[in-house]
Amino acid sequence: MVGISAYGAYIPRYRLGADTVGWNSRQERAVANFDEDSVTMAVAAGSDCLAGRDRSLIDGIVFASTTPPYAEKQCAAIVAAALDLRTDIFAVDVANVLRAGTNAVQTALDAVASGRAGQVLVVIADSRQGPPRGETERASGAGAAAFVIADQGVIAEHVGSHAVTDNMLDAWRSPGDPFVRTWEDRFATEEGIERIVPAAVSGYCQRTNMETSDVAKIALYAPDARRHARLARQLGFSDNQVQEPLFGAVGNTGAAFAPMLLASALETAEPDDLLLTVSYGDGSDVIGFRATGAIALATIPPMGVSGWLEAKRMLADYETYARWREVWTLDDASRRPAAASPSVSALWRESDKNVRLYGARCRSCGYVQYPAQRVCVECRKVDDGEPVRLSETPASVFTYSMDYIAGAVDTPLVVTVVDFQGGGRVLCMMTDRELDEVHVGMPVEMSFRKLRVVNGIHNYYWKAIPRRTPEPAAAPA
Amino acid sequence: MSGIRDRVAVVGMGCTRFGERWDASAADLMVEAAYEAYEDAGLDAGDIQAAWLGTVSSFRTGQPLAEALKLDYIPITRVENACATATDAFRNACYAVAAGVYDIVLAMGVEKLKDSGFSGLAIAAGPGSDVEPPTPPPSQFAMAATRYFHHYGIDYDDGKRTLAQIASKNHHNGTLNSKAHFQREVSEDQIINAPMIAWPLGLYDCCGVSDGAAAAIITTPEIARTLRDDYILVKGLGLAVGAFGVLRNDWDFTYFPETVRASQVAYEEAGISDPRAEIDMAMVHDCFTITELIIMEDLGFSHRGQASADVADGAFSLEGDLPVNTDGGLKCFGHPIGASGIRMIYEVYKQMQGKAGGRQLQKADLGITHNLGGRPGAFTCSVAVFGRPD
Repeated sequence: MVGISAYGAYIPRYRLGADTVGWNSRQERAVANFDEDSVTMAVAAGSDCLAGRDRSLIDGIVFASTTPPYAEKQCAAIVAAALDLRTDIFAVDVANVLRAGTNAVQTALDAVASGRAGQVLVVIADSRQGPPRGETERASGAGAAAFVIADQGVIAEHVGSHAVTDNMLDAWRSPGDPFVRTWEDRFATEEGIERIVPAAVSGYCQRTNMETSDVAKIALYAPDARRHARLARQLGFSDNQVQEPLFGAVGNTGAAFAPMLLASALETAEPDDLLLTVSYGDGSDVIGFRATGAIALATIPPMGVSGWLEAKRMLADYETYARWREVWTLDDASRRPAAASPSVSALWRESDKNVRLYGARCRSCGYVQYPAQRVCVECRKVDDGEPVRLSETPASVFTYSMDYIAGAVDTPLVVTVVDFQGGGRVLCMMTDRELDEVHVGMPVEMSFRKLRVVNGIHNYYWKAIPRRTPEPAAAPA
Repeated sequence: MSGIRDRVAVVGMGCTRFGERWDASAADLMVEAAYEAYEDAGLDAGDIQAAWLGTVSSFRTGQPLAEALKLDYIPITRVENACATATDAFRNACYAVAAGVYDIVLAMGVEKLKDSGFSGLAIAAGPGSDVEPPTPPPSQFAMAATRYFHHYGIDYDDGKRTLAQIASKNHHNGTLNSKAHFQREVSEDQIINAPMIAWPLGLYDCCGVSDGAAAAIITTPEIARTLRDDYILVKGLGLAVGAFGVLRNDWDFTYFPETVRASQVAYEEAGISDPRAEIDMAMVHDCFTITELIIMEDLGFSHRGQASADVADGAFSLEGDLPVNTDGGLKCFGHPIGASGIRMIYEVYKQMQGKAGGRQLQKADLGITHNLGGRPGAFTCSVAVFGRPD
């Protein structure tokens, strides 16, 4: 049996909404923080998905997004390292199309079905932007979903797939374009999604010999709430069959949209429920899963879509969003000298420290230290440390400052010294924080974030965030 | 080990006006400091047998000192040890004289910071992975303040008041010093209400970023006696370099072990057993107000957790029992990094000679200087003790 054995999600903390000055809409949109991108959101969703599981069993990773940070350089490899996966695994990036999310799931299903892999992690994240004040900006949100596709421990069995490919220029973006471009929406709707998706769903029904009435929930892509409702009706699904599309709470999360709805549907699915995932973009993918008896016993992810939906904060004003997402850029008034490129050889050498967030435990005296030291800070034994992954170790703030001059985007910059439970200490930034919640002793967890982009190098590292996961994520056995 | 006590003497010193010296290059500043020192000692460039040049970022070798002063192919070593640079240049010069290798040497500290076009420190690190958070000095020391206040249960208002008392004292002392970068009184309320730089430290909690140079001519006590009566003697020199930093969960940011260790060495050499009672004046590294507060405890001037009370009582003011930063300190004299340590020695020297003008102390027989280079958890700390010939 091949199917989904675990799932998780991520929704950024901040929302544009009714109380956001200058947003002019009651609809809430999840927006990525200035230090988040599709890679960091994929890591967060992957972490939610893998919590408490043995990640050494993962044999492959597929990353999907229409907004990968690099045009050349694999994102799946970054995510795999940040999630501390093995290195003898395959990795695939899928990009360039709204269908990338279901493309990725299908790739993983095929890899497991072929016997090439036992477990494949799929991470799908997107943060598309439209021009300021336009329709695409009003509708777009940021978010991510993650699944483990496996041949054991399956909670939702793969029961069929059907794809239609139809060359269609209704949304596009060329290298260097910050914003998605679109053609007139009446054309895009009538000759695009409302023609192509029904053909795909109908093809799926014929191929698998089923009726739309057999479906418990459909995780259906559409660009906005109005067209989503219209398309569901057109396809013949009743309201109770349609997975709540979260348009009013998160927005259109692009390639991650239908996969997030699937992750959401899995939270409440009953055994034997048929879940249909339907994407759109140069055609349409339809993928069917049937919940197994195991779903009743399966551990739900620490957060999942529902958990992230609750952990939200409203942005005070549109300007903050515009600065964070570089809709407009502010001149750095400090005249601080321009940053030099990070050294690639140093990044490579420090990958375990910076990306896997390994400290070391001295085998001789047990002292945990970060960064790992050649000479033990406690007993001075040389070269006798074993790696300790600290990325999911609960931690608390030992001390902090709030720097009003060091940063330009997110002032004041909260710099913290964080102590990990069980030992180890890191000097890092805090993000996703409200100033009035920062205090000595504050419970925090680590979050993989983009520090800055210099010389085209996206430099990622871990930051502290206010602890949101309900239980400390368990370390692998 | 016989130590350095009474084995070397300072016979001449010079110090430029510190500040935004748009008019002067680093070479100009060195000439200014050196010629004041020559005149003070009654010597000239031909008497200098070796030199040590302390600078963090203005020069790379000792050669610019030779070029500026036209020194005659003598050996010159460039010293860099962050904010402890000048004192370490001085320390190495002392050891060369004590070793008997040279009779008369020059220690020079200089920094030209204000040509960067940036208001803070703009010293680039070498190539690296750049994942460390941007933590300019205010942020680093703010973390010590946060923890110190937390540790001793000091609320924000009380903590800010204490820090303001320190800044206000140093501003007052600066008004009595014509070479200081800042020479005006600032009230405690102005300090408390100033714009925040790195919470909880505001504008006046931070020292000046300045240009300047300071120089010392060092010789043996025997030669010193032939030059002048009011030379001063080095009584002790301590240098301690921290290794553990934030690697240890049990270090709590409320004290700086490097200061404790460096002062222990220097006090022992000098024969000081009760620093608060024996020492007449201290020029300490008040890069931030919180630093001066913590230093008072680390140097043994105040009991742990009691420095705030001593500050409030005025113990460290010009009229107090142990005046600290009588020349305005880094706060107001300014902080050209590679020059500051020798600037501190300059003040001790002038006080002992009775030449400190409006800020002259009644009793100035034993004085210390103290520098902290680096950041909390990773300091290079120097402590030097000076006395008068018997």
